[in-house]
Amino acid sequence: MVSQGRPVIEAKGVNLVFQTADGPVQALKDVNLTISQGDFVSFIGPSGCGKTTFLRAIAALEHPTGGTLTVNGMSPDEARRKRAYGYVFQAAGLYPWRTIAGNIRLPLEIMGFSRAEQDERTDRVLELVELKGFGKKFPWQLSGGMQQRASIARALAFDADILLMDEPFGALDEIVRDRLNEELLKLWARTGKTIGFVTHSIPEAVYLSTKIVVMSPRPGRITDVIDSPLPKQRPLDIRDSREFIEIAHRVREGLRAGHHDE
Amino acid sequence: MSALWLAVVFWLAAWALNVWLAGSRVSKSGPGRALVPLIFGVTVLVLWEGIVRGLGVEGVILPAPSVIAAKIAVEMPTLWQDFVQTILKGAIPGFLIGAGAAFLTAVAIDRSPFLQRGLLPVGNFVAALPIVGLAPILVMWFGFDWQSKAAVVVVMVFFPMLVNIVAGLQASERMQRDLMATWGASYLQTLVKLRLPAAMPFIFNGLKIASTLALIGAIVAEFFGSPVYGMGFRISTEVGRLGLDMVWATIAVAALAGSAFYGLITLIERGVTFWHPSQRH
Repeated sequence: MVSQGRPVIEAKGVNLVFQTADGPVQALKDVNLTISQGDFVSFIGPSGCGKTTFLRAIAALEHPTGGTLTVNGMSPDEARRKRAYGYVFQAAGLYPWRTIAGNIRLPLEIMGFSRAEQDERTDRVLELVELKGFGKKFPWQLSGGMQQRASIARALAFDADILLMDEPFGALDEIVRDRLNEELLKLWARTGKTIGFVTHSIPEAVYLSTKIVVMSPRPGRITDVIDSPLPKQRPLDIRDSREFIEIAHRVREGLRAGHHDE
Repeated sequence: MSALWLAVVFWLAAWALNVWLAGSRVSKSGPGRALVPLIFGVTVLVLWEGIVRGLGVEGVILPAPSVIAAKIAVEMPTLWQDFVQTILKGAIPGFLIGAGAAFLTAVAIDRSPFLQRGLLPVGNFVAALPIVGLAPILVMWFGFDWQSKAAVVVVMVFFPMLVNIVAGLQASERMQRDLMATWGASYLQTLVKLRLPAAMPFIFNGLKIASTLALIGAIVAEFFGSPVYGMGFRISTEVGRLGLDMVWATIAVAALAGSAFYGLITLIERGVTFWHPSQRH
């Protein structure tokens, strides 16, 4: 592992304006944020606060109209071409004509890995997300939770240092979500990746993150950045602890404050 | 008259049998499913035979199925020669060239918004031209033999294929395209690994429509000049000589060929788009 704490994603005065039919919409206003190697950063806020837009800008799926944004010291576009990150969307987005293993192999095919390495990596990540033995199934033969795990495996397969996740468990029920959150933390501990995670659930953000970024809408901006004092090892029942409740309270206050200035 | 009554009795019996079959467990199995339409088809033929014989219908108006079958048996070499000329040399090459050209055009349109605005209306315009106007011109250009028939088929097949492929190439979801972008995929990789597979249900719809158009185009084009064989030539000359049994024999061959062509495309479709909700069982 490279020196812990090296800045990976740096945003300085990032602005992003969408030109829409109703005139310009300021999706991000003056966003400053540094994400370090190995951080688990959650972005939380009501819809329209720009959390997804910011994540997409990191992935070079949107382009800031002002300020500077760097990923590993490069522009997001360069970082994308260097395959610096894996991206997990809200829906699994698996291709129905490919098996689960075929879906996980797809980015590896595109990136030109050898056939042997494709197989080896596919097997490894299938095991990592506990889908061993499901490689030959088609996506539509699996439950929503399993599909989402497969899409995480796909994002992990090419071993990028950064994992960007846009409400990956938003469409799943609470029980499945708890389990996947727990598994995600274990995976993060095992791999030491830097994770950017968009959510609108306060408990999810507090439970997962080392850093919580609270955002508010119109225009989308950061209102609070909370460094979590919780330990790296987090059993599910840490959510009943006092620190947990205090952080959740601060996040809620931050969200409410953002709402007041409208 | 007894032939008519026999046919009606057969019809009622077959009807009752089919009602029973459709409700029973036999119709759930593979061969059982084929049995019901088969019985229905046979019933139509028997009724047809009975009505023509029972009422003494003139052969020029409607020949009996047995007469048509006898004609097919006797004229097999001629029918085969016509089939080769019209289907194998006219319809199928025209179908392949038209579909292939539509595919290349669709990809070009996809890459360039300028072409999308320019080529689609032109394609639409060509598709709106009546075939009876177009066919004689193409016969003048490409001669009496199969080349001009293939050319007519190309023109008929091109536009429905183009529209379907262009729509199909837009069928992938934004998220799926974003995923390709996050992996740094090239245009060609995105086309081959995402957009073409996603377009397949559309492409096969186009192919099915085009298969019937190809048959019509190849036959009708022969009305405007052809060598002394071919299915369209046969139909137009035999009508002139009141050889309606031969006309019906040719129609039967055309119907069989068309169904086989369509069925083949449907089979391939089932294999290629097995993942699509409409094909999952």
